[in-house]
Amino acid sequence: MRMGTVRFGGVTRQACLDFVPEAQCGDYVIVHVGFAISRVSPEEAERTYELLRQIQEADESAPEERP
Amino acid sequence: MKYLDEYRDADITHALAARIRARVTRPCVLMEICGGQTHTLMRYGLPDLLPPEIELVHGPGCPVCVAPLEFVDRAIEIASRPGVIFVSYGDMLRVPGSRQDLFRVRAAGGDVRIAYSPLEAVKLAQEYPTRQVVFFGIGFETTAPANAMAVWHAKRLGLTNFSMLVSHVLVPPAVRLILGSPTNRVQGFIAPGHVCTIMGHREYEALSAEFHVPIVIGGFEPVDLLEAIAMLVDQLEDGRAQLENQYSRSVTREGNVPAQKLMEEVFEITDRKWRGIGMIPASGHRFREEYAAYDAERLFGAQEIHVEEPAECISALVLQGLKKPVDCTAFGTRCTPEQPLGAPMVSSEGACAAYYAYRRHTGPEASA
Repeated sequence: MRMGTVRFGGVTRQACLDFVPEAQCGDYVIVHVGFAISRVSPEEAERTYELLRQIQEADESAPEERP
Repeated sequence: MKYLDEYRDADITHALAARIRARVTRPCVLMEICGGQTHTLMRYGLPDLLPPEIELVHGPGCPVCVAPLEFVDRAIEIASRPGVIFVSYGDMLRVPGSRQDLFRVRAAGGDVRIAYSPLEAVKLAQEYPTRQVVFFGIGFETTAPANAMAVWHAKRLGLTNFSMLVSHVLVPPAVRLILGSPTNRVQGFIAPGHVCTIMGHREYEALSAEFHVPIVIGGFEPVDLLEAIAMLVDQLEDGRAQLENQYSRSVTREGNVPAQKLMEEVFEITDRKWRGIGMIPASGHRFREEYAAYDAERLFGAQEIHVEEPAECISALVLQGLKKPVDCTAFGTRCTPEQPLGAPMVSSEGACAAYYAYRRHTGPEASA
């Protein structure tokens, strides 16, 4: 079994990498019960976050009162 | 931490809530299926940010909550046997069986241990070759590949003292049951992001098309959930019903193919009983014949244990989104996390536990 060291904030743990054969050192992975189940896609994360930033900017320029 | 902090950003959360308020024109009932998402909603008080038109109901996506009572009794029976090391996730220990729970088995001298991963149980089997090590394999599609890997690994190591009590359930048959019910009120679903990380889009596209219902695969942080809600509201306002993927940083169209393959290698689909709901056809896993040697139910003859569900708890209605935890007369009084009547009050993913932890002091009106 291919194992890897994963850092969760300050805690490090071993996780099985057999379900993410594409994962490399330095990647972000989502770990469930000791198994990495996906490699976080930096491209997708950046694309969706850019959309969210646009929503936030639109909100800041809107006249509506914030609760 | 990267990919977490930005999805907890308060400004973006408020901006998304403002966008939802501006868009929604009519009442709509939305369901998040996964208990992890229920907890995020409650922990961050997200229902309070939403306009009154939007009602959130909570689905059956808590594996501990839907594990049937007879499975808890089977676990207790096996764990009580001399020579057995019974390994389970921590939440399962306090779930009441029909007479006792696993904590009491431990107090009476049973060797019941808590693990974070099924691989720890495999390791115990290597360390204690003269003992039978049994892992309580509960969970949805997110957990099933991990359990499959543990079994596959144990087989490769030639271990003859490792087995698993498997109580896996599958999300799509439960969604189909909810949508097909004459009492269904749910108009849009947030599909569970980690189940879909494994399974991909296919099953949810089919559900969306079959029932003409909007479904958005959502993540687990507050920004993820509000964005998923905004996408559902957009679909409902536009009159669309399709599958969309909010959680694209983890979920791909085809899902995690190596995980799906291993799960199918070890397990096959079977009818499963859900606690509080009853039998749902083709809604769970059992071992394939080739892996029968790892089936704790067969090994210990525990499949003969059958028990009826008690009537004192309304978890069946809570798990189908028909009632809220605060609608229960026992909530917070006769039923608490310390003295639970039902599993949704026990589990870290249970809806009743989420309401108890974060909304105990608000009345039913405020939580609707």
